[in-house]
Amino acid sequence: MISLEIPKKFKPLVSQAHQVASEVLRPISRKYDLAEHEYPKELDLLASLIDGVNEGSGLGGAGAAGVRREDNGSGDGANRNGSNLSTVLSVMELCWGDVGLVLTMPRQGLGNSAIASVASEEQLTRFDGRWAAMAITEPEAGSDSAAIRTTAVLDGDEYVLNGEKIYVTSGERAELVVVWATLDRSKGRAAIRSFVVERSNPGLKLDRLEHKLGIRASDTAAFRLEDCRVPAEDMLGSAQIDVKQGFGGAMQTFDNTRPLVAGMAVGLTRACLEETRAQLEQAGVQEDHAAPALTQHAAAARMQAMEADYEAARLLTLQAAWMADNGRPNSLHASMAKAKAGRTCVEVALGCVELCGSLGYSENGLLEKWARDAKILDIFEGTQQIQLLIVARQLLGKSSADLR
Amino acid sequence: MNATERGMGLSLRALNRLAGSQLLDRVGQRERVERWVYRGARGGFRAATVAGRSFSAAAKLARPARQAPARAPELFDITPNEEQRMLSEAIGAFAAEKVRPAALAADGACATPAEILAQAGELGIATLGIPEELGGFMAERSAVTGVLVGEALAHGDMGIALAALAPGAVAGALGLWGDAEQQATYLPAFTGDDVPTAALALLEPAPLFNPLKPATRARAEEGEWVLSGVKSLVPRGAEAELLVIAADAEGLGPALFIVESSTAGLFTEPEPAMGLRAAATARLILNDVRLPGAALLGEGSIAVYQECLQRARLAWCALAVGTGQAVLDYVIPYVNERVAFGEPISNRQAVAFAVANIGIELEGMRLLTYRAAARADSGKSFDREAALARRLCAEQAARIGSEGVQLLGGHGFVKEHPVERWYRDLRAAGVMEGALLV
Repeated sequence: MISLEIPKKFKPLVSQAHQVASEVLRPISRKYDLAEHEYPKELDLLASLIDGVNEGSGLGGAGAAGVRREDNGSGDGANRNGSNLSTVLSVMELCWGDVGLVLTMPRQGLGNSAIASVASEEQLTRFDGRWAAMAITEPEAGSDSAAIRTTAVLDGDEYVLNGEKIYVTSGERAELVVVWATLDRSKGRAAIRSFVVERSNPGLKLDRLEHKLGIRASDTAAFRLEDCRVPAEDMLGSAQIDVKQGFGGAMQTFDNTRPLVAGMAVGLTRACLEETRAQLEQAGVQEDHAAPALTQHAAAARMQAMEADYEAARLLTLQAAWMADNGRPNSLHASMAKAKAGRTCVEVALGCVELCGSLGYSENGLLEKWARDAKILDIFEGTQQIQLLIVARQLLGKSSADLR
Repeated sequence: MNATERGMGLSLRALNRLAGSQLLDRVGQRERVERWVYRGARGGFRAATVAGRSFSAAAKLARPARQAPARAPELFDITPNEEQRMLSEAIGAFAAEKVRPAALAADGACATPAEILAQAGELGIATLGIPEELGGFMAERSAVTGVLVGEALAHGDMGIALAALAPGAVAGALGLWGDAEQQATYLPAFTGDDVPTAALALLEPAPLFNPLKPATRARAEEGEWVLSGVKSLVPRGAEAELLVIAADAEGLGPALFIVESSTAGLFTEPEPAMGLRAAATARLILNDVRLPGAALLGEGSIAVYQECLQRARLAWCALAVGTGQAVLDYVIPYVNERVAFGEPISNRQAVAFAVANIGIELEGMRLLTYRAAARADSGKSFDREAALARRLCAEQAARIGSEGVQLLGGHGFVKEHPVERWYRDLRAAGVMEGALLV
């Protein structure tokens, strides 16, 4: 039975997340945008609160535990609204508050997502409750993550990691860093594994923190790995290199995290639209849903067009999460959601700044900040172009060798 | 002089004035205009609307019958129910086997073959909005079902879909807003074997047309309504037997009127357009069309009028989604097989990304349309959702139509492939008002 409304059972969660966003995140939004690299200590209390209520509630940040596949699909064909949907709804609300702060929410890192998605039961227990960042990108390998050069060589019962990692979100603050490395560079993507590295590991050396366009509340670290020794049991997935399996486990993470990043973009987009609508109403411009767009004020017509894109991004995101809840393969829809939400949030944020004029552009309001924050959402967890490649390959039935 | 004779007189007068014009010779347009006049005259040029059948009230119910609203589902779900799935599959098969093969010829002929219309009638698509008490077969009112049917049929062809669905819009309007008398008079005909040709006429020939402010006026005169104005792109308008027409009703604002085609003062002329040609679109001219007071639908309520507007827009969204899907399904094998520079053109990102973007935007259009329709079904407000669906479909449908031709290059521009028709048809999303209803 078709219904694209938020189910009643998630309403308390959404309202809770919204209160956190408006009472905790928004008030400190500008503070940590200006004080880049300063740790937002207000989040410690919030994180404990979230830990307290998080037992399956789905309230959490990017790395909330609710992306694991096992509990999906009860097999009876009944429709399920589960943790994927609730998590994405919660992320939308929190990112309506502040994307940067959500990204640096303790114990909610993207590394936690990776662990939740591919770790063994034993590892899951061992890393439970610890904050994990994710280190994939290297100076010479961004979207082309199969080309990473960081190596992992087995030496006794430890792997020895060597290489360089950049753009590690929460890299300074997290307790663990999930590092992608190759077991054998000649075997391509099939040899890529992720390793859970203690932040205190002496072989993991913090090089610098980046100064960024947006999401300044979230620290972005660069690391060097110099003979970084990691216990073999901290490798995620199997040690066997199965060329047929390709990326296997490592890439699965993305099917799970892309709807979440799309959800972040959706939350930010809504923040922009709400602020702009309020400002336009003060200026006497009101949208009319019955009259054709072209007979309305140009600003109202523009708002309607942006809202339509927002709604498409939102529903695509909910669809991808809903498919995961129901055990349906969703990598096509996850990428569709990420592509639409990523480009929509940038277009809408920049459009809203334009509509609001100097009120949108100045630091007196948050629109200019949101417009800066927006851009990363069309880049990380797979750029717009990577999402289009994935969607195109799936629609056209092409391999990554045919369509590069 | 009866209505038909008056109509003939009018069109002859118009012909005569054209024939005598020196202007045509001066600008070297005589031949073109004569061809146009010939085509017009063949279709009656401007003719009185068909005399049609006479409608009279059969057994009248004490109260108007209404389909029950659907239950509001508790969970988020994008799966159609069993009934919807079966209906949509049956219509999908009909669209693939009968509609698509007939589409090219129907587009050229500006008419949908009677056989196709009869088969569509057998599928019951005109009766979706008719309450069971009055012979309909759907107990629940469902805009989602209407959307799924429109989508499936338009995957075959948008023009034929419009031709086939047009009578259902009138039946649906009567089912939703007709009083007991109106329902008893008109609805039985729609559940029989010979479904009347009927059309819901909202659109008018004006730039920036706003259906909330129709130029067609309805004067109140001694308990009767007198309508004057022009309606544009009315599907199968020339043969319509029953019409629901939007007019600005004196003292009420925009409202809907039930008009039998035999009413004096009603004329049609062919109005073929860029696309939707299989639906034989026509202009409708109302010259002091006098209607009984009981012709007013939904008691002239503005809420009814706005709901009609939004339900029509959703139906157009559904057709855009179906035709957009047809484009996507057609271009995928084409770009995979077409070789240039030694490999399939789909190996190039410029081509592959265009396909990806069709897929992404189409899915967005579909979800927005479903959401608005599902909200309508569960009795929630849906004006915002319908407006947003309309906005997205207006923009993206035209873009998908354009990309469809672009991906085939020169081959897309010739009628050997259907993409040039879809280019023309998909522009209708965002232009059309009324004509359909879910």
